Amino acid sequence: MPALSIITDHYHYAITVFLMMAGLYIVVARGNMVKKLVGLSIFQTSVYLLYVEPGKIIGGTAPILDPAFTVYSNPLPHVLMLTAIVVGVATLALGLALVVRINEAYGTIEEDEIFEMDRDT
Amino acid sequence: MNAVWPHLPILQVVIPLFGAVLAGFLRRPGPAFAVALVVSWLMPLIAGAMLWQALATGPISYHIGSWPPPWGIEYRVDVLGGFVLVLVSTVGAVIMPFARRSVAFEVEEAQQPWFYCMYLLCLTGLLGIVATGDAFNAFVFLEVSSLSTYVLVALGRDRRALLAAFQYLIMGTIGATFYIIGVGLLYLLTGTLNMVDMAARLGPEWAGHSRAIVAALAFITVGVSLKLALFPLHAWLPNAYAYAPSWVTAFLAATATKVAIYVLVRFFFSIFGIAIDFRDLPVAEIILALSVAAMFVASLIAVFQTDLKRMLAYSSVAQIGYITLGIGLANQAGLTGGLVHVVNHALMKAALFLAVGAIFFRVRSVQLSDLAGIGRKMPITMTAFTIACLGLVGTPGTSGFISKWYLATGAFDKGWWLLVFLIVGSSLIALVYVGRVLEVVWLREPSAALENASDPPLSMLLPLVVLAAATVYFGFETQWTAGIAGTAAKDLIGGLR
Repeated sequence: MPALSIITDHYHYAITVFLMMAGLYIVVARGNMVKKLVGLSIFQTSVYLLYVEPGKIIGGTAPILDPAFTVYSNPLPHVLMLTAIVVGVATLALGLALVVRINEAYGTIEEDEIFEMDRDT
Repeated sequence: MNAVWPHLPILQVVIPLFGAVLAGFLRRPGPAFAVALVVSWLMPLIAGAMLWQALATGPISYHIGSWPPPWGIEYRVDVLGGFVLVLVSTVGAVIMPFARRSVAFEVEEAQQPWFYCMYLLCLTGLLGIVATGDAFNAFVFLEVSSLSTYVLVALGRDRRALLAAFQYLIMGTIGATFYIIGVGLLYLLTGTLNMVDMAARLGPEWAGHSRAIVAALAFITVGVSLKLALFPLHAWLPNAYAYAPSWVTAFLAATATKVAIYVLVRFFFSIFGIAIDFRDLPVAEIILALSVAAMFVASLIAVFQTDLKRMLAYSSVAQIGYITLGIGLANQAGLTGGLVHVVNHALMKAALFLAVGAIFFRVRSVQLSDLAGIGRKMPITMTAFTIACLGLVGTPGTSGFISKWYLATGAFDKGWWLLVFLIVGSSLIALVYVGRVLEVVWLREPSAALENASDPPLSMLLPLVVLAAATVYFGFETQWTAGIAGTAAKDLIGGLR
């Protein structure tokens, strides 16, 4: 059953793509700024999966030079994603800080209401 | 000197980074500004030395922590990199003196040290993107510069600045994430993040074989295009430019989008090498079509703006269209035109936005209706403004003409006559929006509101005059702009497969 093996071998990519699209959809479709940021976070999280999954080899060890081990997992993707997580956290924090300031200035965090207010002034 | 010489690529990035920390710790506007000024003036020296070295002896390769590439992170400065580094750092150095009074006027005092801190972080990111030879490192610097840019935009006094910063944050993060997805796909294919190594592994044997390469190319193109505000992905730019503090707008217009263009050029020419994927995915044609759309649509929108800053922001979108047009042409003259316009547009737009900042400093408004006859009240400012405006249109004798000449030559070389007419035609629209402003500024009687307006102090006037003079100078003396851009274009096209 080749069709089945495509699903069983690649289901992790399907999860990644689903998270990616779900996150991006929330960013586009929601007017609430906090929800937008949640969507953005999900979108970024899908990238962590995209990188981390291929780094794992079943039965692989950490890359230690020793004759006893022959199959290694690549540790680099995990390290890269640590950096990306830091970037994601910083983005989320800055985004939320901006939302707080916007709430103080406008009294709402719904985008359409804010556009309405700006149009009136 | 000998001890410092081999470490220039990392110093270019580390000095502004430490400067940012220092400026943040000082907590007072004056000392923080002094740090920013010293760092800004140091940067062009380093960048210039590296460009000179790259021109004389070929690309500089610097191994961080002495780990050889492709395992360690490599910093790599070739002619194109050096060219963009010199541009970014020089613009920063020239416009820095303007910041002191302009920022003191527009940003709350408690926030001013953080303003300089954020500026230096942004500079770190921008210089880092260009200096690094590692695709993932470039992403980190992209986010360093972007996050600090969001803060800089949000520091504007108007509450709409917050909204503009938020929208920019959303769009910018989507762009950066697209970029990193693209890099991730390339990493899965090649197992390397080093740009040179990646290019070597994406050899011709991949041609027409891998859908993953096409997907990576698409993700990176869209992601970076969001950052450089390629039409129609420019939605964040007009608001961000219009509501950011004046000096920030000048800095961003001259540097941030230009560095994103560098990334696009680097990926298209050095890494993908147009030939592989452009067969499967007509990237060049798509870029050309969007560029032409930007030149016309954004220019037309600019004609109908009543806010001077907003008008110039839309004009920026149009001018970026010229640059990407050169990238899409992908021949020697076209690419030279695109790259030379990176410099010429940066200088012109910095001058224009500084002039707008000077107007705001004196008049507290940049609405066109408030500026009738301001040319008689602020003659030096507005003369510099006018010169830069003429450059925008592409008048012979200004640097804008040089760019358009090369672009038109590039289109000729391809035999695309229609494109030549489109370049000229869009310049005429630029003439309309520029002419509208110049008419208001020079030919009308000064209104009562402008009673006390006069040219700004020397520290603000001098950067403006220098940039306007550069616009004229580079219209005649093209060795440093078109000459080096030509060398860089030759290297890039030589890298195509």
